Order: sequence, then C-alpha cells, then structure tokens
Amino acid sequence: MGILEVKNVGKRFGGLQALGDVNLSVAENSVHAIIGPNGAGKSTLLNCLVGKLIPDTGSVMFDGQSVLGRTPYEINQMGISRVFQTPEIFGDLTVMENMMIPCFARRDGSFKLNGIKAVTSEGEIRDKAEAMLKDMNMLEKRHMHSASMSRGDKRRLEIGMCLAQEPRLLLLDEPTAGMARADTNNTIDLLKQIKEERDITIAIIEHDMHVVFSLADRITVLAQGTPLVEDTPDKIKGHPKVREAYLGESAAAA
Amino acid sequence: MDAIILQILNGLDKGSAYALIALGLTLIFGTLGVVNFAHGALFMIGAFCAVTLNKILNLSFETVDPSRTDFLGNPMVVKTPYVEGWFGPEVGASIIDWSVPLSILFCIPIMLAVGFIMERGLIKHFYRRPHADQILVTFGLAIVLQELIKHYFGANQIATPAPDVFRGSFDFGAMLGMDPNVIIYPYWRLVYFAFAALVIGGVFAFLQFTTFGMVVRAGMADRETVGLLGINIDKRFTIMFALAAVVAGMAGVMYAPINSPNYHMGMDFLVLSFVVVVVGGMGSLPGAVLAGFLLGILESFASMNEIKSLIPGIDQIIIYLAAIFILLARPRGLMGRKGVMED
Amino acid sequence: MLGLKKKDLTLLGVVAALVIFAPFILNPFPADSAMAQFNAGYPDLMQRFVIFGIFAIGFNILFGLTGYLSFGHAAFLGVGSYSAVWMFKLLSMNVIPAIILAVIISGLFAMLIGFISLRRSGIYFSILTLAFAQMSFNLAYSVLTPITNGETGLQLTLEDPRVLGETATSSGGIPVTNFFGLEMRATETLNLGGWSFQFNAGYYLCALIMMIAFYISIRIFRSPFGLMLRAVKSNQTRLNYTGLNTRPYTLAAFVISGMYAGLAGGLMASMDPLAGAERMQWTASGEVVLMTILGGAGTLIGPVLGAGFIKYFENIFSKINENVLHQWFHALPDGIETPLVWVAEHFVGSGWHLTLGLLFMLVVTFLPGGLVEGGQRIGRLVRRRGESKKATQSTPAE
Repeated sequence: MGILEVKNVGKRFGGLQALGDVNLSVAENSVHAIIGPNGAGKSTLLNCLVGKLIPDTGSVMFDGQSVLGRTPYEINQMGISRVFQTPEIFGDLTVMENMMIPCFARRDGSFKLNGIKAVTSEGEIRDKAEAMLKDMNMLEKRHMHSASMSRGDKRRLEIGMCLAQEPRLLLLDEPTAGMARADTNNTIDLLKQIKEERDITIAIIEHDMHVVFSLADRITVLAQGTPLVEDTPDKIKGHPKVREAYLGESAAAA
Repeated sequence: MDAIILQILNGLDKGSAYALIALGLTLIFGTLGVVNFAHGALFMIGAFCAVTLNKILNLSFETVDPSRTDFLGNPMVVKTPYVEGWFGPEVGASIIDWSVPLSILFCIPIMLAVGFIMERGLIKHFYRRPHADQILVTFGLAIVLQELIKHYFGANQIATPAPDVFRGSFDFGAMLGMDPNVIIYPYWRLVYFAFAALVIGGVFAFLQFTTFGMVVRAGMADRETVGLLGINIDKRFTIMFALAAVVAGMAGVMYAPINSPNYHMGMDFLVLSFVVVVVGGMGSLPGAVLAGFLLGILESFASMNEIKSLIPGIDQIIIYLAAIFILLARPRGLMGRKGVMED
Repeated sequence: MLGLKKKDLTLLGVVAALVIFAPFILNPFPADSAMAQFNAGYPDLMQRFVIFGIFAIGFNILFGLTGYLSFGHAAFLGVGSYSAVWMFKLLSMNVIPAIILAVIISGLFAMLIGFISLRRSGIYFSILTLAFAQMSFNLAYSVLTPITNGETGLQLTLEDPRVLGETATSSGGIPVTNFFGLEMRATETLNLGGWSFQFNAGYYLCALIMMIAFYISIRIFRSPFGLMLRAVKSNQTRLNYTGLNTRPYTLAAFVISGMYAGLAGGLMASMDPLAGAERMQWTASGEVVLMTILGGAGTLIGPVLGAGFIKYFENIFSKINENVLHQWFHALPDGIETPLVWVAEHFVGSGWHLTLGLLFMLVVTFLPGGLVEGGQRIGRLVRRRGESKKATQSTPAE
C-alpha cells in the first residue's frame, strides 16, 4: 500500500478523454516519475491530485484519506506540496519574505488573529526560514527581489518553500522545463540531495529523460490518458513497448 | 394580468437603456480587455448631443413686428429660429419638433470622434496595465467629462421633448382587447424600445455576418491567436471602441425625452450597467442584453405599490440584491464563459 | 522602541512632529497679508486633514497591501457618522462612546459586505463594493429615513433624550460635543506679530487618534499578517498551494479598513455633529482611492500625504474665483490674460472636481506609485547627478 493510491481515475473535457482509467501507486520515500509524450494526460493527472480538477470517476487516496472534493489548500495541509512548471513564487517580495510565508503557514495551519503569538514567534520563524535558505544555498540572496532572479534560482526557491512545509509528498511538474543546461544539472543535484537527506516521497512529471533516469526509483509511462507500463528505470529503458511509443524518437535523437 | 403586462412594458425602456450601455461595455471589455468606467459618460454625452442640437435649432434672429406692440406700447420684437427663416415656418417648426430623432444623425460623428480620441489618446496606453489602473483612469475621465458638461450646461435637468406625435400615450390594453384605460403607455417609450431592439439587432448582425465582425468575435475569444494570424487587431479594436461609443451615445440621445438629461445621469446609469454586465456574465453579449432587460423589468415590478407596501424601499435596491444573489449562485453570471476574468 | 525598527520610528516621529506643529507649519503667512489665503491652519481644515488621513490610512491597508480595490469605502464612513450622531442624540455629548460605537458598527457592516464581496476578486470585487455602497446610499435617502433623516441629514435637536447628558444647556441651546468636559470647538489663539496661530481641542484629539491609527498601520505593515496580505497581492495561487485559505486574511483586512473608515466618520461627526447620505456617495469613495494612489498605495506615509495634498488644494482651489485670477494675471497683456483666465477658471471654484478628475488621470498614467515614488525618482536623479559630477571631476585628474 503506497502513500498515494490512484484508482480508476478518469477525466473528460467535452469530447476529449484526457484520462481513462489511471491506476497508480506511489511507495513511501521513493521517487516516482510519470513520463509520456505531450498530451498524454500528465498535467491533468497532477491537477486531479492537488484538487485543481475533480476527476469524473475513480478515487485518489493520500495516506488512507481521500483528497477528492477538497480545495488545494486543504490538500496541502494534508501534506502534499506542489512545484509548478513555471515557478510560482511571490514576485513582489524578497527571497527571505518568500521563505517566511510557508514557515508561518506551517505554524498556524490556517488563519489566526493572534497578535501576541505572531510577535513572540516571529524570531523563531525567521531562524527557520534562514536555515532553509542556507540548505538551499540561497542565504546570500535573501534580500533580493525574488522576481529579479534567474529561472533556476526561482525554481530553487520554490522547492525550498515547499520543503519548508515539511510535506510528506512533493509533486514536481516538469521542474526543469525551459531551463539552461547548467540550471537543469543544479536542479537534479538539489533533488538528489533532498532525496538522500529527507524522509520524503517525490512524484515527478518530466519530459527530460536525463532528469528522469538520474532520479527515479520507479517510472510510469502514460500514453493517451492510460498507463502503458510501470517499472524500474532499467527495465523501462529496455522495454519494447515504451521504445515504440515514446523513447524511440528521443533515444534516436540522443 | 394587466398589471403584469403594464410592469413589463414599464421595464422595457429602462431595460433597453441598461442593455444598450451594457452591450457597449461588454464589447469594449471583450475586445480590448479594458474595464471602462467612462462608458456612462458616453451615454450622457449622447443625451447632451440631443440637448445641444435642440439649442442650436432654436437659435433665433430678432425682427421687429410693427403691426404688434408689447405691453409698453413699443413695437414687438419677435424671435424667429433661423431654421424657420430658412425653410419657412412650417418645415422649420417640424425640424425643431423632430430635434431628438435628428440628433441621432448629429451624434454619430461626434461619438465616433469622441470614441476614437478616447481610445487612441488614453485607453490604448492601458491595455497592458492592471485592471485596477484601467478602472482608475477611466473613472478620472468620467469625472472630467461630467464636470465639463456641468460647466457648460449647468447642474439642472434640461427638458428635451420628443416630437409632438409621440408625446402622448396610447391605450395598449384596448389594443389587446382588454378593458380600456387599464394599460396606458407613452408612445415614446415604445419608440425607445423599438429603437433599442433595432440597434441591438444591428450590432449582432454586424458581428455575425461581416468579416470585420468575425475577426472581432475571434479576437474576443482569443486575442493572442488572432494577433498571431497577422491580422491588425488593434486597428479593428479602435473601430470597435468607437462603435461602442456610438451605441452608448445613441442610447443617450433617445433617452433624453424620457428623463431630462443632467450631468450625473451617466454615472447613475453606469453603476447599474456594470451590475447588469456582471449579472449577464462578463464578456457575454447576449448575457448583457438579457440581463439588461431582466433587471429593468425586475426593477419596474419592485416599484409597484403592492410590493413596495410589502417591503418598503425594495425598488431602490432590488437590482443590487438580484445581482448579489445571482453572483453568489452563479459566479460567472447568467451566460458567462469559463476563463473570462477569473484571476 | 514601541516594537518598531529605527526607520519606522523616525517616520512616526516626523509625522508626529508635523501634526503637533501643524498650526504653525500651515500658517506661514501673516493674517493680513495677501498670501493669507494660502494659509491652512484653521481648525476645521486641520481636522479634515487628519480625519481624511485616517480614512486613507485604513483604505491603504486593504488596497495597498492586498490589491483589492474597493469602490465602496465611503459607505463605512457614512455608517460611522450616523452611529456617532445617534450616540450624541441618545447617550451623551462625550465623543468617546460615539467614536467607539462608530468603529464597532462600521466594522460589523464591513464584515457583512466583505463576506459577500470577497467571494470574487479583481474587477468583480470592485463592482460588488460599488453596488453595495450605492445601495446603502439609496437606502439612506429613502427607506431608512427614520434612522438617517433622509435628504436633510441627521442632526441634533432639543428633544433628544441624551440619557447620560443633558437634553439642552441651561441657556436653552443644544449642548456641544466634548471629551470629558473639554469642548471640541475650544480654540486658543496665539498672536505673534502679524501671525495668528489657532490651537483647537478637536484637532488635537483627532491628531492623537490619527497617530494611534498610523502606529497600528505600521505594525500591521511590518507584521506577519501584513506579510500574508502582501503575499495575497503577489500570488494567490502559491498561497493556496501553501495550505492557506486567503479569504480570512482578505476579510480581516477589509474589516480593519472598514473600521478605520468608521473611525474617520465618527470623528467627523464628533467635530460637527451631523451626518448626511452624501458622505456615502461613490464620489466620496473615489476620493479616498485618489488620496491613497496620489500619495502612493502600499507605502506607509503615502495615504497621509495624499489626504493632506487633496484637502489642501480643495480648500485653496475652491476659494479662487474669476476676480482673484484677474488679479494674479493682471501684469500680463490683455490678449494673454483673458484666455489664460478663461482656461484657469474651469479648474477653480466649483471646477475643483474637474481638477480632481484630471489629477486622477495624470497620476494613474504617469506616476502610478504616487508622490512617494515621485520623491524617490527625484532623489535618485539628484544622487545620480551628484555622482556623475564627481565622476567628471575625477576623470581629468587621472
């Protein structure tokens, strides 16, 4: 029984069957990659997991509880954090302020108007945010306006903000999309480091095979809204069906 | 039954005005993506076009009539409008009498110019600015236009009568075979409704059947894609803005006899028209028209004495209440599309 | 000190000094000089400065921090005024209970309106608040006449009960508003040479309350709560995916700013015990928006500057008429003087609103950051000048 169990999930948009009968099980403390060609339904599946979309059929269970019908912030409180394809950070705020927000959110869970507590715990929150920035190697950038950073730094900050919440499951939506090679490698190193140092489950949607094969413990290949095959990276590499459907072209290109 | 018909009829003229303003607002919002708080001012300028033409036609020269004397025994000074002098008393008098319908021809070039100047001179620079900035700058413009009108025309209402033939009322009930004197309805309101229906039909036909309209509709659906096709969408949008200004102006011209124009009529109508747009669904043209008429009729029902005695003051707030309920139940409005204005 | 960083403390101190010495600062010209018309050190005008300052500070907590543009804030000001006048009618002429009631009632009213309006954001929110304010205005004029006294406005009468006070003074007049016996209209005049400075009790009470309001606003801006509100403006999606429901935060900001507006309304009624529906009109809502933007939305000092700027020029412009203009341009030849006066008279006297509208457009178009940003730009320009001068001086030496 994995930490995330997706059973028979289906989703239609008008005449388009975006997802048909998806089954997926993500084991705790593993890195699970979901790959597939464009239009395979990867993003739709992810949106169903975080509450942005509600599937037409099937169930999504996180740690034994259903996430369906909950809002994104409720699902986040259950322990699922999401990293977006284009980094979603607070562009008007400084790096430090960006990092303080998830720290506050973790303390309060939801809105509380407790002035005394807010004042007394502010120092503690700052320490925590600084520690996390240090982990991310961003401490010297803490006074920077976050919108003015490079895409790689924005991604690093976003991942750090998600980790500051100490989630049990981290969802990554094409974390290296649109990045320069150096930034991509940095991100891979960062994710490897996270995987080694923390008790965390990571589900990653990715286009770049280099990223997938350097990180994943298990891979699910999605095509036309249904899982084609699920296996370890080594097996996937040699799988004829996958080669045919997806890897053939990119392997040839590489 | 007759009471219901009467209230529906009463709601039609106000509903027509709401629908026409809301139509223009939606066109501008849908094509240019701009929230235009100065749209009510365009309606007001239209109404003052009617006032101005009426004044111009009444410009008179003075002649001394020796055959008549005033109360002091001096020869009487007679004022004759120039038009009567030029076209003869009969034709001249009827030109003056028909000043409001004539004002439509007068207002079209004026509104086109106003719309063109507004879009090229101001609105254009706000396409890429946040909605809050657009609201604020057009709000400022609305104040400026309103104050200018106040400066030149004064703060009081200016009566602008309809042509004599339409000034009376007719017995609508008797026409339907009901008892006479139950449903008495002024002619001009019926004219206004017919006019509004014509304009609305015209706008829809224009958007539906012309190439220009097709491009505009495509632009409303997806501005960026149309831009990628290499079509100069901005130029068409300028024309669209001017067109929306003309629609608002004509609505104002024809409304002048129903409600004597004053400088703040634009803002009064604007607030309600925005509510209409929101209820109809942001960016939906049929929604704007539908909601305009629905709310106009609803307002007229709420001002029935039977209802007012039941819930005092309901006529003052019914539109707002309806809007709040509709927005809570259907956040996108009656006919709103997904993805429009959902930040 | 006071839980503030040094920079904020300096700002607070500067504002406090300006407010305390306002009767001197605003009266730079001798009373009988020609320039005396530019003086602004009159009690009622100074009261308006600080009261609208409070209004704008409160509005800035909502608009400046969260970016939600409310077009209905005048409704809360009006509700505050009505509540305060009712307190004067029923309880006593002491301003404190009146102000407290004004804040509470407007806070409750803001909670109701905010709860509904905040279900939508962006333009929908603006229109909803505008609709609510217009609805309140219509109601105050019509059905609610027993409470608001309709078009006449709510006033004190000799028949009011005033349970804890007196219905009428011993001389048979309506009693005046006071702060535990200190009459709000009490004014000391200090004559120094040609100058005459007025110190008014009501002004200093308003000023004290404004300083408290300003202090609270600084604390909110610097608090975690303020950080959350800025996060709402910056990126609601990320906030949602950080496990936070944004609505309680925005609602709290809305209610706080509504209470500030109610406080301003209550103070207005405390200085002059009457309340009318026109205070709730959309133009009044638009005015506070302008004050905030003109000064600089999202900055601490901006709204105070904006309120002072607008109220000062409103006062000056309204006093100028055609004769004054002719005097000013007297030296010019007639051919220039007449058209100049013709143009200028549009903007003065009753044309003040035209000026206001133009100002609105100019500020939004060219200076979206307001006076504060303008000041910063000039500051940068001066500094760069200084640096380039240094650079040119050092080059020949090499």
